[in-house]
Amino acid sequence: MAVYPLQAYRVVDFSWVWAGPLLGMILADMGAEVIKVETNKRLDSARLTPGRSTVGPETDFVFHSMNRNKLGITVDMSDPRGAELIKDLIKISDVAVENFSPKGLRNLGLQYETLSGINPKLVMISLPAAGQYGPLSDIVTYAPSLGALCGYSSLIGYPGERVLGEQTPYLDVNSAIHGAFAVMAALYYRERTGRGQYIDMAQIEVGASTIGEAFMEYFMNGRVMGTTGNRNPVMAPHNNYPCLGEGRWVSIAVKTDDEWLGFCNAIGNPPWTEDVRFSDKFNRMRSQDELDRLVSAWTIGHTDYEVMDILQKAGVAATPCLDLMERFSDPQFEARGTHLQVEHPATGVDIIAGIPFKLSDTPCEVHRHAPLLGEHNEYVFGELLSRTKEEIAQLIEDKVIY
Amino acid sequence: MAEQALSGLKVVEYGSFISAPYCTKLMADLGAEVIKIEEPGLGDESRRYGPFPDDISHPERSGLFLYLNGNKLGTTLNVKTRTGQKILKELLKDADVFVESNPPKKMADLKLDYAALGELNPRLIVTSITPFGQTGPYRDYKGYAINTAALGGQSMRTGEPDREPLAPALSQSHYQSGAMGSASTFGALFSRMSTGMGQHVDISEAEVWATIHLGHGVHLGVFEGRKSIRAGHRTISVYPWCILPCKDGYMCLIAIQGYQWKRFLEAMGSPEWMGDPRFRDRIVMAFEHADEVDSLVEAWLIEHTKEEIFEMCRQGQITFAPVRNLAEVAHNPHFEERKYFVEMDRRYAGTLKYPGAPYKLSETPWQLERPAPLLGEHNEEIYCGRLGYSKEDLVRMRRGGII
Repeated sequence: MAVYPLQAYRVVDFSWVWAGPLLGMILADMGAEVIKVETNKRLDSARLTPGRSTVGPETDFVFHSMNRNKLGITVDMSDPRGAELIKDLIKISDVAVENFSPKGLRNLGLQYETLSGINPKLVMISLPAAGQYGPLSDIVTYAPSLGALCGYSSLIGYPGERVLGEQTPYLDVNSAIHGAFAVMAALYYRERTGRGQYIDMAQIEVGASTIGEAFMEYFMNGRVMGTTGNRNPVMAPHNNYPCLGEGRWVSIAVKTDDEWLGFCNAIGNPPWTEDVRFSDKFNRMRSQDELDRLVSAWTIGHTDYEVMDILQKAGVAATPCLDLMERFSDPQFEARGTHLQVEHPATGVDIIAGIPFKLSDTPCEVHRHAPLLGEHNEYVFGELLSRTKEEIAQLIEDKVIY
Repeated sequence: MAEQALSGLKVVEYGSFISAPYCTKLMADLGAEVIKIEEPGLGDESRRYGPFPDDISHPERSGLFLYLNGNKLGTTLNVKTRTGQKILKELLKDADVFVESNPPKKMADLKLDYAALGELNPRLIVTSITPFGQTGPYRDYKGYAINTAALGGQSMRTGEPDREPLAPALSQSHYQSGAMGSASTFGALFSRMSTGMGQHVDISEAEVWATIHLGHGVHLGVFEGRKSIRAGHRTISVYPWCILPCKDGYMCLIAIQGYQWKRFLEAMGSPEWMGDPRFRDRIVMAFEHADEVDSLVEAWLIEHTKEEIFEMCRQGQITFAPVRNLAEVAHNPHFEERKYFVEMDRRYAGTLKYPGAPYKLSETPWQLERPAPLLGEHNEEIYCGRLGYSKEDLVRMRRGGII
């Protein structure tokens, strides 16, 4: 029988939207039994991503991708009987994940102090925007606010121009990956000591942790880094360049002198490559604008994939800037199963994200589609929590299981 | 010393720059023993990257190196020599985890690929973090952070619509593959608890972007022919979802709920233009009138500082936030109260502040116990103290360019 890394663990996943569910996704991909707690009273907004042509809470592919491999229950935790069910579930679980505001679970009487009283071995992680304490802890945010408050957004923009800020959920995903690691580190400790613990993860602190060199620049030299665009302190050329075809771009980065020579050879050694302005790294860095213009004049005559082929053969780092459809059909991603097609009862076939890592001997896989609302109520409340059919029917009737 | 989360875990790192060092930093900061192997004389690439105090390059003063390598033991070793290989293998015989970020071909040529190392120590987990992974047609391609972000799709989402896409700031690709590397390594460690065996963990940086970051929307391209939209300082969805200038910087304006926008309009003193019928539907506003509304809002923002606006927004539970620059974050009371930035003294570098804990574990707190190693600082401790080489051996190996 297949071994999955976290098959011995059960996770109660209270989280919703992006960061928390993706943390749960990593644990579920690794084989943990992740039970996603939802309620029809307030649907996970990822089930209803605005602007999709899909209809209703069961057809959102984004939700399907982020919540695959999980089980799903629906319970109204604001009803004391709902909270009771959750407490019983916590008793037989190993991990809890939540990304409400700090008051969220406290108002339901389901904060860590209570849950760890029920199950001292519990590992619980909270990942709100700003953590459990501190002047910003009660802040209400959306993904872009995180980039604003941790300094990351102040770096996003063309060099020296206005701030554009982070517009994608980048920092949510960043938190999810770090959070999954922290949970496993805590489980590793628990394996040795039998003790659970609480992880207070502020998403804006995780965001600050991946821009270390910019903080060091400030602490060392008092200089505040601004918008840097595609500029790099040690590489030139280093940019995305226009290619043949509408809206097509290729990334090129040249670091060493060998790479520069390879680049010049690959593009046929036009006379400008011998210009003194580009004679060494220092000069190339200094004449970047002009260099970018000349490189663009070459790339524009080729497709993005042609540029990659030509330059990679010469030992130069170059890749196309891929959009949705191109990623799906890219040979490297295709060869590695980067995107997966899985069946889902409401949509037929989903196209979703593949497993973000590869383990050689205990490979992980998508073995279960994202749960329908309440799909596993019977398993969890009946089998795991030993509620009788009658009790369950009553709880459904009373909209506690809802 | 108090028991830490990862006490007893033995990690060897043979990587460079950010991805592998960040991966092992996450482990070292929670108590794992990380032995870092650097090239003799040269050291980790990040030693030459900076930032440096007063911009004067010095291998012991690079901010990036110092930040990424705290809590680690540092050794130098030329693994291209026979003795160097032998020593590395002695270290790995007794290790739990080996993290590396070298081209797959180089590791195979050195006979340090998983096939060889797994035989040496069947319990060893080898985590390889590379631009494109251990398999597939691009396996041996070169890729820096900008290249993996391009292929993985992140760059296509940032920038002005008619200008070049922007890669994520600094080297986010490497931080992402590093963090995914630590999480995945732990997957392998938990597998080892049931199987008793190590394995090879294969992290492709481009794939980390293409899966957990950006794989969730691919169906829109495949089924609906949609493309990513780069819309500069805004996201075209509902209005407002944008970054706009104010008196002393920028504000991040986002309101998903209608009441949040309504309250902001009221806080601005209910300007006359809010009654304009074109501005009634916030989706229509986002798609058709965003430039116009931007300039109307900006006219008010520019009269106020970001902290004034933020204060006002927090009182009204309006979800806007100031775009803080790095100095403002470094001195922010929230980060201060949570003791996020930590101080450490280091020979050559002096006393500096560093970004600290990305998470607070209640029982086994994140700790910076020792600064990043000087080049070869722990050669004697590791090679003599652990592996039993004599001081004379050490001298000989130093002369031979092995350490």
